[in-house]
Amino acid sequence: MFYIHCPYCGEYRGEEEFSPKGEAHITRPADPDGCSDEEWGSYLFFRQNPRGVHHELWVHTLGCRKFFNITRHTVSYEIFETYRMGEQPKVTEQSLAEALNKTRKEESV
Amino acid sequence: MSDTSCASVATFDTCPDVSIPMESPLSVAVNQVSMSTPAPAVSQESQVQFEEKPFLGHLILRGSAMVLGEAVSEVLGVSLPSQPLGLVFDASGQRSVQWLSPDEWLVIVPSGEEFELENRLREVLGAAHFAIVNVSGGQTLIELSGDKARELLMKSVTYDVHPSNFPVGKAVSVAFAKASAILRRPSETRYELVLRRSFADYCYRWLVDAGEDYGLGVTR
Repeated sequence: MFYIHCPYCGEYRGEEEFSPKGEAHITRPADPDGCSDEEWGSYLFFRQNPRGVHHELWVHTLGCRKFFNITRHTVSYEIFETYRMGEQPKVTEQSLAEALNKTRKEESV
Repeated sequence: MSDTSCASVATFDTCPDVSIPMESPLSVAVNQVSMSTPAPAVSQESQVQFEEKPFLGHLILRGSAMVLGEAVSEVLGVSLPSQPLGLVFDASGQRSVQWLSPDEWLVIVPSGEEFELENRLREVLGAAHFAIVNVSGGQTLIELSGDKARELLMKSVTYDVHPSNFPVGKAVSVAFAKASAILRRPSETRYELVLRRSFADYCYRWLVDAGEDYGLGVTR
């Protein structure tokens, strides 16, 4: 079982208390009427399916019932961080790559 | 206070006449001795005691802590638990306020007080942005006590109920026996469960079954 840190309850809880809700940070177009069909279609239906770091929306269904975000690795299932709604992720594909490069450089020196 | 906002909300006493018989969610399961599986009685060997506290007044408060905090301490004399998973009681130990989520609290008061409390809170809060819902009929409170109460819970919830993680004054909503329940720790020796009405019978049967090892007895 995974233990997931709920940023609102402030502690780790069992996986069975949570539900995944798909990709995070999807912004509804400010002017839906002004959208092209392609823009509106990609907002509604098209999602990234990355191999690697993914930012996801989850909800603490059986606990505080609040939505929050998880940065997760889709291959290793490692959870890098959880953060509240409205916040931006600290861990991204780019930040992980930079950290990896840094440690490689240090090792080579 | 602002009569306009109070007047625009229709409140009603869900139980105006005490002569009308009431049935708690567990009244059938616990009290009918003629059932095929009667409730086990409390005996000398009982290491866990189960007792329902029916007909308490349950109110859900929604709103920001800043708005509700002042009103709750004025009306109830209890400060709103601002820390997550907090549970506070008033001096008598009869009334409690529990943190449910950053903008949601559960207030439990003795039977019959909830309607007056709701009205007084509405009066004090006036035109502020908030919601109060009387959920007394939708859930019931049960109490587990005895030496093995914690072990019984360990069989039923995935949550870590060790005293180091679950001290007195903490309350969590958790997955309980594949249903959901609110688990509270009001004192060293007692645990409380707030069960939803539709899950109450199932959770009761689960507890009776799981508590057989500890000679669980049901107080009627």
